[in-house]
Amino acid sequence: MALDEFRFLTPELSLLGFAVVVILLDLFIKQKNVLAGISVAGILVSAGFTVAMWGGTGVAIFGRMLAVDNFALFFKLLMLAAAALVILASQDYVRKFQRFQGEYYALVLISAAGMMLLAAATDLISIYVSLELAGISLYVLTTFLKDKKSSEAGLKYLLLGAVASAILLYGMALTFGFTGRTCLMCIAEYIQGMPGAGLLNNPALLLAMVLLAAGFGFKIASFPFQMWVPDVYEGAPTPITAYLSVASKAAGFAVILRIFFVAFGAPEWLSLNWGMMFAVLSAITMTVGNVVAILQSNIKRMLGYSSIAQAGYLMVGLATVGMALGSDALGQSGLIFFLMSYAVTNLGAFIAIIAISNKVNSDEINKFAGMGKRAPLLAAALTLCLISLIGLPPTAGLIAKIYIFSGAVQNGLLWLVIVAVINSAISAFYYLRVVKVMWMGAPASEEKVPSSWALRTALGLCCLFVLLLGVIPGGFVGIAQAAAKILAGL
Amino acid sequence: MSFPYLSAIVFLPVVGLIIIALWPKPQQKTVKITALIFTLASFILSLAVFYFFNRSGGAIGQIQFEEKLSWIPAINAFYHVGVDGISLPLVILMTFLGVLAILVSWNVQLRPKEYFIWLLLLETSILGVFTSLDLVLFFLFWELELVPMYFLISIWGGGRREYSAIKYMIYTLVGSALMLAGILSIYFTTGSLDMMALQDMSAAKAVIPLTAMFFLLFTGFAIKLPVFPLHTWLPDAHTDAPTAASVILAGALLKMGGYGMIRLCVSIFPQVAHQYAPLLVILAVISVLYGAAVTLRQKDLKRLIAYSSVSHMGYVLLGIFALSQISLTGAVLQMFSHGIITGLLFAMVGLVYDKSHERNLDNLGGLARQMPVIVVVFSIAGLASLGLPGTSGFAAEFITFVGSYSSQAVAHIQLYTILGVFGIVLTAGYILWMLQRVFYGPPLEKFNKVPDANLVDKICIFSFVVAILLIGIYPAILTNIIKIGVEPIARLLGS
Repeated sequence: MALDEFRFLTPELSLLGFAVVVILLDLFIKQKNVLAGISVAGILVSAGFTVAMWGGTGVAIFGRMLAVDNFALFFKLLMLAAAALVILASQDYVRKFQRFQGEYYALVLISAAGMMLLAAATDLISIYVSLELAGISLYVLTTFLKDKKSSEAGLKYLLLGAVASAILLYGMALTFGFTGRTCLMCIAEYIQGMPGAGLLNNPALLLAMVLLAAGFGFKIASFPFQMWVPDVYEGAPTPITAYLSVASKAAGFAVILRIFFVAFGAPEWLSLNWGMMFAVLSAITMTVGNVVAILQSNIKRMLGYSSIAQAGYLMVGLATVGMALGSDALGQSGLIFFLMSYAVTNLGAFIAIIAISNKVNSDEINKFAGMGKRAPLLAAALTLCLISLIGLPPTAGLIAKIYIFSGAVQNGLLWLVIVAVINSAISAFYYLRVVKVMWMGAPASEEKVPSSWALRTALGLCCLFVLLLGVIPGGFVGIAQAAAKILAGL
Repeated sequence: MSFPYLSAIVFLPVVGLIIIALWPKPQQKTVKITALIFTLASFILSLAVFYFFNRSGGAIGQIQFEEKLSWIPAINAFYHVGVDGISLPLVILMTFLGVLAILVSWNVQLRPKEYFIWLLLLETSILGVFTSLDLVLFFLFWELELVPMYFLISIWGGGRREYSAIKYMIYTLVGSALMLAGILSIYFTTGSLDMMALQDMSAAKAVIPLTAMFFLLFTGFAIKLPVFPLHTWLPDAHTDAPTAASVILAGALLKMGGYGMIRLCVSIFPQVAHQYAPLLVILAVISVLYGAAVTLRQKDLKRLIAYSSVSHMGYVLLGIFALSQISLTGAVLQMFSHGIITGLLFAMVGLVYDKSHERNLDNLGGLARQMPVIVVVFSIAGLASLGLPGTSGFAAEFITFVGSYSSQAVAHIQLYTILGVFGIVLTAGYILWMLQRVFYGPPLEKFNKVPDANLVDKICIFSFVVAILLIGIYPAILTNIIKIGVEPIARLLGS
């Protein structure tokens, strides 16, 4: 192990460094929003290091523990962007907890570092370690409100997360027992050299794959591991809900895509099988998410179910990757573009909700009545994001759907696309209910809704990107295609 | 590069809406006049395109005023717009209705700023549908229309407006969902999204059977047109929409369905169209007769006009799937003509309702005395709707029927055409009955103070009348253009 390989870790190391600085300064500084500023500065430094590495063909470092490829770098930037927006949006929220603001920002940074490592991990061991690094900080963040709901949410998240980790470890152990290796490229090499084709001839491999999918299915909230989502999303502090729904989900998709594409991407009988598995799960996940979302009256729960549905659409991309037999990158880049669009859209929606909920002191949808009058800009931003979640122009959501579904059609998954598009039509029903309440409901009072400049900046950025991705997507699709280059092979 | 006429036509309303949106606390009048200026500019430019349009034989099958820019290179999608003989009349129809919709809304008091923003966005999206030549762009504009329409119905509508708006939204979204699946299948079969270069679809390379693609697209268009039995959103949406939205909805939006059928279903899948034409023609006849029969039973003035659209759009479907050059020409002309006639009818209903606050036929009557101008114009619109010679309704329906009756492409088409013609008799029934109930009979005391049309109303409705008579007396002004667009399609169909 060469010492100079550490330079590839500068983004994560600098971020962790800033996290420590934030905790230490917290002891001396009274003005807590300075800490937020330092955290955002740390994120920018880390992003700078990340961007500097962009564009190469990709290298494996630390004995194939981590990869530095465009794929990982893209996800690192996505996590950093999400963390920065969440910190900015937290300005209006942190007043709710009197103490531990420093720890709050530090934990956001640490979990971001964990997720960045997760996106780069190419070994079962490094995957597990970074997963826990991200996970444990998120468990703590979930309970930060310290009220009944928040604590319950945190405990639920912790327990179910532990079960998922255990399942994942079983899967990893089986994979290791079967192949004798932990590095993903080495596993791929072993599987391709294996005698005896067919999944049924290799029950251990089948079981390992199912267990891995189950363990990560928890992270991305795929059916049947989605039960924790509504409770945790409802109980957690809203900025953390946003963070969970975007960064944590993106990290989950990054690692699933890497494991299945690199380790199980060939031979044909293997990839077709997991492709079909994800296709079926995707259809069920989006339908469950959309149908149950219709019944929700709390906006955070509704967006929780909506994020389950969105995970279903994202899994269309996973299924495409499996069905495409590595022959084209439309599945990967579609998934990546969808994640980009989903990230800005969902963050935007949650940020608007933070400001509005703060004022009305409730997350009930009917309390949002008349926001079109009381806070026209916030309501307009939330409307734009909801329209993007439905997948209507001129927003990111439409282009993302067209792009991810086009790969699926190309690879013989037309049935899945039809299920997905019918699902988007159903989803209009509950998203528009919020829009309806905001613009057509009678306001409870005439009071304006205040928001800090930091929150407004974050919201403005999200909305800007929702529109940019929807109207001139060319450049962003180019980035997605560049990011689809996953380091594979020895 | 020459002046980008089409981009200007499509996006001028957006420029207007941005100005309105950024104007801090505008006066109501400022908003209206800005909207009027930009829609008028768009209309004048579309007339310029009409004037410069090449009608010579050499232009047959040519796209004119074409603009093409790279948009999403990864999937070969372009910003590609252009017009031919089929789309140009519809573009003019939309820009014309766009101006009149602003005039119709002159008295809107509720949140006028937002109202005109949505109205302008609606105009841009419909114009985009008629001009785009790239499937993704087409789909984007197709979906864009939903957003303003949803808000227009659910905020400024009447009756069960929220129910109608969401019903409209879900119906259309399901249709466009299937359409997206169809578009993607076409893309991966041909590798191209260029709507004019897809004619070489061969079954050999198709990712799914061509028939399946045809019906995925057709369902989307059939919901919009609408075709029986997918029409149930229409009466609700039309009835509960504000007048201007009804005018645009009936006048231009429904035509997106007919346009899509001609441009995609028939042009790309001529064989499938041939094979299923008998079935679709039967659906057309059912739409005509069923729509007219239901119209006869309506008590609500606005609902009555709404149902009459189902019947009249049946003629469009009949003309399209009779698959002959004349019938297709008739179908396009019928789309234009129905656009201005029904646009006027809805504007008239809006006027009657605005002045008398009454839409129920049982409570109306004897208004001819109070509204001498309105009664004349309403009668002209009604007579045009039932196809009185000298009006555009006659020209369009006559050409459609002649073309369908003489078509060689579909078996027993003569029988279906005759059944369809019977729809005119029913139309005469409900139109005359309606005029009689609203305007004639003993004058009612409660309407004594009801005023007639004011100046803005008159400008608006007389413009409609001029257009109806112009097309009725000299239909060649449009058929010369339509012919150029329809001929290559007729050639594909072998007639």
